[in-house]
Amino acid sequence: MKPRQQRMLAVGLALSGVAIAAALTFRAFDENMMFFVEISDVLAGEYPQERNFRIGGLVVEDSIAREEGSLAMTFRVTDMRCEVGVEYVGVLPDLFREGQGVVAHGRMGGEGIFVADKILAKHDENYMAPEVAESLAQHVDEQLQPLYEGSTECNSG
Amino acid sequence: MIPEIGHFALILALSLAVCQSVLPMIGAQRNDAALMSIARTAAYGQFLFVAISFACLTWAFAHDDFSVLYVANHSQLSLPAGYKISAVWSAHEGSLLMWILILAAWTMAVARFTSEVPDILRSRVIGVLGFLSVGFLLFALLTSNPFERLIPAALDGADLNPLLQDPGLAIHPPLLYIGYVGFSVAFAFAIAAMIGGDLDQNWARWTRPWTVVAWLFLTLGIALGSWWAYYELGWGGWWFWDAVENASFMPWLIGTALIHSLAVTERRGLFKSWTLLLSISAFSLSLLGTFLVRSGIIVSVHAFATDPTRGFFILGFLGVVVIGALALYAWRAPSLDSNVGFSLLSRETFLLLNNVLLVVATILVLMGTLAPLVVEMLNGGKISIGPPWFEVAFMVPMIPLVLLLGLGMHTAWRKQSKDPWIRLLRTPVIVAVIIGIVLPLMFYGRVSLLLVVGCAAAAWIVISSLIQPIRSWRRKQGATAITRSALGMSIAHLGMGLFVIGVTIVSAFGVESDRAMRPGETLEVAGFAFELREVRDVQGPNYTAIEGVVEVRRDGEFIAMVRPQKRQYLVQKNWMTEAGIHPTWNKDLFIALGDQLGNDTWSVRIQYKPMISFIWIGCFIMALGGLVTVSDRRYRKSAS
Repeated sequence: MKPRQQRMLAVGLALSGVAIAAALTFRAFDENMMFFVEISDVLAGEYPQERNFRIGGLVVEDSIAREEGSLAMTFRVTDMRCEVGVEYVGVLPDLFREGQGVVAHGRMGGEGIFVADKILAKHDENYMAPEVAESLAQHVDEQLQPLYEGSTECNSG
Repeated sequence: MIPEIGHFALILALSLAVCQSVLPMIGAQRNDAALMSIARTAAYGQFLFVAISFACLTWAFAHDDFSVLYVANHSQLSLPAGYKISAVWSAHEGSLLMWILILAAWTMAVARFTSEVPDILRSRVIGVLGFLSVGFLLFALLTSNPFERLIPAALDGADLNPLLQDPGLAIHPPLLYIGYVGFSVAFAFAIAAMIGGDLDQNWARWTRPWTVVAWLFLTLGIALGSWWAYYELGWGGWWFWDAVENASFMPWLIGTALIHSLAVTERRGLFKSWTLLLSISAFSLSLLGTFLVRSGIIVSVHAFATDPTRGFFILGFLGVVVIGALALYAWRAPSLDSNVGFSLLSRETFLLLNNVLLVVATILVLMGTLAPLVVEMLNGGKISIGPPWFEVAFMVPMIPLVLLLGLGMHTAWRKQSKDPWIRLLRTPVIVAVIIGIVLPLMFYGRVSLLLVVGCAAAAWIVISSLIQPIRSWRRKQGATAITRSALGMSIAHLGMGLFVIGVTIVSAFGVESDRAMRPGETLEVAGFAFELREVRDVQGPNYTAIEGVVEVRRDGEFIAMVRPQKRQYLVQKNWMTEAGIHPTWNKDLFIALGDQLGNDTWSVRIQYKPMISFIWIGCFIMALGGLVTVSDRRYRKSAS
């Protein structure tokens, strides 16, 4: 091959390498992108069907239940308007407690239960994930305003 | 009284910083020696007053002065004395003051150790650093005054977050900041050169050691943070691709590219405008990191509790710095580049590839970090990007990078002739590939393509970084003694090789197992038997704890007694996991105690982490390589 052809070949190879790498990267990006879905939307069925997503809110008081001696547990999460049941098997983070903010990663199982594969509670007890704080604040506001009454009902169907 | 002195000293430091940023610049423009000589004095003075201010805050912590709001929020009477000191930089206001102190210290070092640098350039460098100080001092004084009083004073403090009560985390922020802030020196040199319109190989020689020192501290800081996350956050990961971790990692990547590009500029006078751009980017990314961490706009486990005005201030400052620097760059850089050729097979080519790949890696990390923000701004909903994405995306530029690294090290500047090059590298390549296949098979009994790539790449880096030192050591009498800077390079690359081994093996063969366990029960994980002997209560200085006593055996033979704890700190009442780790050079056995599950059962996380120590040892050796490099004679000459 002439040097010129050689160079063209090298450039061609490099470009196709870059293209493949870019394609892989974008595919992985799409696969690992996770949406935060408000609990009211979850109950209304408005959530990604075929992939994991995140929900967040406060752990409802007295809602934690577990089989004795097993890692499996259930609890309920509220956004101050609606509640959803969560099922989880595994070790919980230190700051997981009733009444505290949590974020759960997972997807909807049958019977309207959110099956979590990861539970996050934050390092600092004063810190709350902004999206959770926002979602809570919004609904607390709504409850304070009777105008919104019509919309505060949960669409749990 | 003392806190007011601290506050006042900070104001004086600001006035000196203003002098330092304006007068030497004017002096340099007019070639006025008197005005230029202010640079040094102002830098010393500014450091003195910032140090006084810092000492006052430390005094307030040491004396439990809970009439200072910041102290009341982050300390407590029964806190051990050492942590009262490290509590100074445990939150936003104090860590910002430490940032300022470190910037002043770097400035003073620049003023002191640049006698070889022409007055005009030095004055401009110190002037630019002064400008940065003004920005941060204003930030502290206007939005984040650590000396704000609490009246009436609190009887006792709210305590230091228990996670931060750890020696690793006491020194992690200072190291990280020395690195972060250190890139401001390279930035200042770049701006000064562009203002002067003059950039030669000497400029690169003066800039390089400062950059390498900043880089080595950043390396240590990040490694220490990762180590802390591993043993203190309690769950055994060492890197989470969290936004805040990425914020420290991006300047590191660009800083690494900068070191390599500076080498080309110093040796060959090439890549000048590229080096300038990287100098600007490294520090801009440090500022961006500060913004991300302190503005609270990004979801992160590390985020400081925040206040939006702070975010706006840093964003504004970031804007001024980046836009100003880039405008200057667009105006001046084109006239600086020199046209010297190099052939395709030359060290220049490899360093160019190094830079391209590191920049691509940085852009990918930046994309992943900012994507949630961008998508939300476009009303696309609230998303997060999972760590698996970063792992895949990061590997794309990293695999070619580590493969090319060994080749580049043995390629001559300007032009390398092909045959001797192939002769030299043929055997190491073959050996590395064999090791890459045999090593995982022999020790772990399994092999995959990615594993071979990882192990072979690591072996390749290790072997190729040893070639040069061994050769020069063998013929010691000859004239080909290795220079310190070449030795430093080999050491740093060796560290990189060890790091790659650690990452490859631990991600392929690490075992993680969450189980429910009762006292007396034994679990088998990765060939080790873990017996939970008992769970008991123990008492610490400022916490009570539940401690699991776990006996580890292998084939019936006693290996270790590991004691994971769950601590409850007396003041904040938080529960915190203190993992029990049995570390050896080639593996860690990691046990964390979870919740009580009722019926005398506990949740337990057991992990087997082969070669994980190589990750941190590798980073440490990389930093050591940096240290050896700056001790090279040609830099010491400029220092004395």
